[in-house]
Amino acid sequence: MGILEIKNVGKRFGGLQALGDVNLSVAENTVHAIIGPNGAGKSTLLNCLVGKLIPDTGSVTFQGQSLLGRKPHEINQMGVSRVFQTPEIFADLTVMENVMIPCFAHRDGSFKLNAIGSVAGQADIKTQAEQILEDVNMLDKHQMQASSLSRGDKRRLEMAMCLVQEPKLLLLDEPTAGMARADTNNTIDLLKEIKEKRDITMAIIEHDMHVVFSMAERITVLAQGTPLVEDTPDNIKGHPKVREAYLGEAQV
Amino acid sequence: MDAIILQILNGLDKGSAYALIALGLTLIFGTLGVVNFAHGALFMIGAFCAVTLQRILTLSHVVIDDTKKDFLGNPLKVEVPYIYDWFGQETGAAIIDWAVPLAIIFAIPVMIIIGMVMERGLIKHFYKRPHADQILVTFGLAIVLQEIIKAYYGANPIPAPAPEAFKGSYDFGALLGFDANTIIYPYWRLVYFAFAAVVIAAVFAFLQFTTFGMVVRAGMADRETVGLLGIDIDKRFTMMFGLAAAVAGLAGVMYTPINAPNYHMGMDFLVISFVVVVVGGMGSLPGAVLAGFVLGILESFASMREVIEFLPGINQVVIYLAAIIILLTRPRGLLGRKGVMED
Amino acid sequence: MFGLSAKDTRLFFIVTGLVAFAPFLMNPFPTGSAMAQFNAGYPDLMQRFVIFGIFAIGFNLLFGLTGYLSFGHAAFLGAGSYAAVWMLKLLTINVIPAILISTVVAGAFALLIGFISLRRSGIYFSILTLAFAQMAFALAASVLTPITGGETGLQTALNDPRILDGIASSGGNIPAPALFGLEMRNSYVWNVSGWTFTFNAGYYLAGAFMIVAFYLSMRIFRSPFGLMLQAIKTNQTRLNYTGLNSRPYTLAVFVISGMYAGLAGGLMASMDPLAGAERMQWTASGEVVLMTILGGAGTLIGPVLGAGFIKYFENIFSKINSNVLHEWFAFMPDGMEDFIVTILYPFVGKGWHLTLGIMFMMVVIFLPGGLVEGGQRIANLFRRKKSQPSEADGAKTPAE
Repeated sequence: MGILEIKNVGKRFGGLQALGDVNLSVAENTVHAIIGPNGAGKSTLLNCLVGKLIPDTGSVTFQGQSLLGRKPHEINQMGVSRVFQTPEIFADLTVMENVMIPCFAHRDGSFKLNAIGSVAGQADIKTQAEQILEDVNMLDKHQMQASSLSRGDKRRLEMAMCLVQEPKLLLLDEPTAGMARADTNNTIDLLKEIKEKRDITMAIIEHDMHVVFSMAERITVLAQGTPLVEDTPDNIKGHPKVREAYLGEAQV
Repeated sequence: MDAIILQILNGLDKGSAYALIALGLTLIFGTLGVVNFAHGALFMIGAFCAVTLQRILTLSHVVIDDTKKDFLGNPLKVEVPYIYDWFGQETGAAIIDWAVPLAIIFAIPVMIIIGMVMERGLIKHFYKRPHADQILVTFGLAIVLQEIIKAYYGANPIPAPAPEAFKGSYDFGALLGFDANTIIYPYWRLVYFAFAAVVIAAVFAFLQFTTFGMVVRAGMADRETVGLLGIDIDKRFTMMFGLAAAVAGLAGVMYTPINAPNYHMGMDFLVISFVVVVVGGMGSLPGAVLAGFVLGILESFASMREVIEFLPGINQVVIYLAAIIILLTRPRGLLGRKGVMED
Repeated sequence: MFGLSAKDTRLFFIVTGLVAFAPFLMNPFPTGSAMAQFNAGYPDLMQRFVIFGIFAIGFNLLFGLTGYLSFGHAAFLGAGSYAAVWMLKLLTINVIPAILISTVVAGAFALLIGFISLRRSGIYFSILTLAFAQMAFALAASVLTPITGGETGLQTALNDPRILDGIASSGGNIPAPALFGLEMRNSYVWNVSGWTFTFNAGYYLAGAFMIVAFYLSMRIFRSPFGLMLQAIKTNQTRLNYTGLNSRPYTLAVFVISGMYAGLAGGLMASMDPLAGAERMQWTASGEVVLMTILGGAGTLIGPVLGAGFIKYFENIFSKINSNVLHEWFAFMPDGMEDFIVTILYPFVGKGWHLTLGIMFMMVVIFLPGGLVEGGQRIANLFRRKKSQPSEADGAKTPAE
């Protein structure tokens, strides 16, 4: 029984069967990559996990509890965080404020009306935020406005914002998309470091095989809305079905 | 039954005005992505184009009329419009009588120029600014435009009557087999509706069948891509704004016999027109037209005595009530697309 | 101090000082002088400064922090006014219950409208609030006449019950709203060598409320709640994926903002016990938008400045007629004088809206941050002259 269980999930957009019959189990404390050619349904699957889409059929359970029909913020409060393809951060706020917001969410839940106490007076939140910024090597930038950060730093900041909530499951949607090789490697290192330091499960949707093979422990290959194979990286590398899926795409 | 037909007819002229203003607003919003709060002011300027033409046509000089004498036996001084001198009295009087329809010819170039100047001088700089800034700067412009009109024409409504030929009403009751005088409808309102239908059809045909229109429609679907195709989109944006201004202006010109224009008529129509645009679905041209007529007719139904007795005050609020219900049940309006103006 | 940072405390004291000494500051010119035209230190106008200041501060909490542009905020001000006049009629001529009840009523009204309108965002939210406010306006002017007094408005009358006051207070005249006997219209006039300063009871009561309102808004800006609201403005997607539910936050601030509007409405009715439907019209909602943007949305002091600026213009500029202009330019040769007066005339007096519209456009075009940004730019100019190295780019300028 994995931490995340996807059973018979199907999703249709008009005439297009985006997800066929997906069964997937993500084991606790592993890095599980979901790969596949363009249009394989990776993003649709991810959106079904976080409450942005509701699948037509099947079930999605996280630690035994169903995720279906829950809002994104409820799913997050259950311990699922998400990193987006383009970093979603609070661009107009400072780095420090960016990190403090998830700290508050972690401490106070999805809503708390604290309109009189000052942000500056929350010592525990501040320590926590500084700690995580140090972990991702951004403490020196805590006064900068988030929009002025480099792309790599924005990614770091977004990770920090997710991690500070101590999620049990971290979903990453092409975390290195559009990055230069150096930034990609930095991100891989950061992810590995995170994995070493804490008990966390990661599900990565990725296009870049370099990223996948340098960190995944299990890989599921998705093609045309259904899982093709699931195996360890070594076994996936030479798998004929995987080649077919990718080469098939290349020929088009 | 006859009452229902009467209310539908009554709703048509207001609905036509809403639809025309909303159409122009949507053209600007759909192509340029600009929320133009000065659009009501363009409607108002159109109406004052009719007033201006009327004043130009009636410019007079004083002549001494020997045939008429006042009680002291002196010849009377009478004002004779210059136009009588040029075309003779009969033709001249007819031209003055037809000032409002003639103002269409006068208003089209004027409105296009005003629209283009507005776009080049001001709106252009706001394409990349947030919608709130666009709303605010055009709102400021609307205030300025209406104050200029007020300074020149004063605060009171200035009547601009319809041609003599269109005064009076048509008895629809007799036509449709009901009792006579149950459904009487002023001719000019029929003219207004027909005119609006022609303008709307012309705009749609223009967008459908010309290359320019094709580019504009492509731009409404995906602005950035069209820009990347190497099409000089700026020039077309300017023309688009001119066109939208002309549509609003024409709506204003022809509306003058229905309501004597005053400087704040633009603002009065603007608020409802925005509701119309949003109810129709931001960025949808058919939606704007549909919502214009639907809300216009709804408003006229709500003003029926039977309805008011049953639900007092409903005539005042029906448009807003409809807008609230539609927006809550159909988040993007009647025919709106996803992802427009939701930031 | 008071849970504020040193910088905020300074700002708070500046605002308090301005409110306290406004009767002097607003009347800088001797009474008989030609410039007396520009004096704004009379009670009526000063009351309006602070009351609209409260309204704009409240609007700014919603718009400045969350970016939700409400186009129907005047409805809450109107509701507050009606509630206050009813309290003055039914309960007591003392203004305290009236002001409290007006705040509560407006809050409840805002809860209802906010609950529905906040289901949508962007322009859809704006249109929903506009639609609700226009409905409230139309109904108040027509069907609800028994409650609102219709188009003539609601006012106090001699034969009002005033349960708490008893018969003793009515001595033939309609009693004026008062604070425990101190009538709001009471003023102490101080003549000192050519200058006249007026200290009005109503102004100081409203001013005290504005200082409290300003203080609370400061606390909200700096609170975790305020931080969440700013987060909603900058990225609602991330906020939701951070486990925060944006709806209760926006609803809470909408209600708070509505209560500010209600307080302003209550104070308005306490100064002059009359409430009319036009207070709810969309133009009144538009006015508070203008005030907030003109001053600087999302800044602490901006809305107060904007409110003062617009009200000053409305009342002072509108009184300049052609005679006054001729007086000013009398020193010029005749032709020149007439020429200048002709040019200026459309911009003053009844044409003050034109000037306002032009200035408003200028602010939006050149100073998106409003008057506050203008002030900051000027301050930076001076600072740069003093010490060449400027602040590091990218450092966030704190909202003032």
